[in-house]
Amino acid sequence: MKPARFAYHAPETLAETLDLLADADRDVRVLAGGQSLVPMMNFRLAVPEALVDIGRVAELRVLRVEDGGELRVGAGTRQAELLRDGRVAAGWPLLAEGVRHVGHPQIRSRGTVCGSLAHNDPTAELPALALALGARLTVAGSAGRRELDAEAFFVSYYEVALEPGEMLVSAAFPAPRPGSGWSFQELARRRGDFALIGAVCVLRAGDDGRIGSARLVIFGAGGRPLRVDAAEQALLGTVGDRVTAAEVARLVADTVQPLSDIHASAEYRRALAGELAARCVLEAWERCAR
Amino acid sequence: MSETGERRTVRICVNGTDMLAEAEPRLLLSDFLRHTLSLTGTHVGCEHGVCGACTVLLDGEPVRSCLMFAVQADGGELTTVEGLADPHGELHAVQQAFHELHGMQCGFCTPGFLLSLVATLRSNPEPSDDELLDSLSGNLCRCTGYANIIAAARLAQERMR
Repeated sequence: MKPARFAYHAPETLAETLDLLADADRDVRVLAGGQSLVPMMNFRLAVPEALVDIGRVAELRVLRVEDGGELRVGAGTRQAELLRDGRVAAGWPLLAEGVRHVGHPQIRSRGTVCGSLAHNDPTAELPALALALGARLTVAGSAGRRELDAEAFFVSYYEVALEPGEMLVSAAFPAPRPGSGWSFQELARRRGDFALIGAVCVLRAGDDGRIGSARLVIFGAGGRPLRVDAAEQALLGTVGDRVTAAEVARLVADTVQPLSDIHASAEYRRALAGELAARCVLEAWERCAR
Repeated sequence: MSETGERRTVRICVNGTDMLAEAEPRLLLSDFLRHTLSLTGTHVGCEHGVCGACTVLLDGEPVRSCLMFAVQADGGELTTVEGLADPHGELHAVQQAFHELHGMQCGFCTPGFLLSLVATLRSNPEPSDDELLDSLSGNLCRCTGYANIIAAARLAQERMR
């Protein structure tokens, strides 16, 4: 239960950080909040040769609303900071509600938003939120920067589209369109546990008072959060009533392919995904301006 | 810069006293407190961030000391359970309430509960039932059934007003 020896670097600039990460001869990992990496190191499931602690890189400690209205969250920004921010509570209530489900207060004090995104635990809230909100992820390496949308960033279990030597430097969450309704639902065995299944929904009414745009994301049922296209299509032009919700539940249960483990069977998770999706649709529609 | 995991100097203000000690980068903050600084009030349960027994306050915020390296806390300000009572030995309101209402039995989890609660009541002096439960969800107790812990939290809250 003690980590193996490693070389420790605590740079103060991003340029220095990227130089350290560019070392192809060593297994170098970024240490941000450490709330996933350190337990893995305690178990020696992770045995990196070197850690680059970004906790002292001031330029990564970013939490701001950009000119275009999007919320930019830097790699150093902790989940608790996001939850304390009034602009986030007012402008990105879905993001705040989802992040409140991340672990416990002691985890959120240290854990970072970008760290959770880059870790891509399939039962984690933040990747699903990024997908549902259409977040853009900025990645940097010694060769330069690139931007990816959430769809391209999350690959599979604990795998994201980062090349060796690259790190996630920030995530940008677009301003929700006025009048959109949202819902976040998850079931975990105990408060703060990783989800058995979760669902996130964002709806917007069209001029005709019916659903004009829909995003529905399920997490915990596969290697990455999943947009259920069939259910999103089925929502368009309807109203968020019980008939629509039941149809969404059926389509979601038919689509997801969860696994069985000691906590729940695949069949239970499949039924749960449908049920949570249905609740999400009803609640999101309730919150829609129309 | 450390290339081989060699020891580094760590400066931390613990319970109001500046401390300076050497630590290997891989040394967990929990072990640094217990073994290097001989502050054994911080208990170590699961060492993977589940039980909450090792909770301390870093710059006023509750953190799990088993999920941090001591070198990460360099320059920070820590409060451990040893720092809750005043210098004359008078217990903190949260400690006193735990004592009076039997908010503990074996006492193993108690330091973590105390520090989580101190942080909660400082940032939110009148938590709702839901907020109070959420703030303690990261601390596990195998003895009390939690009822007396919640009662002690409410008593402390009243006295801290």
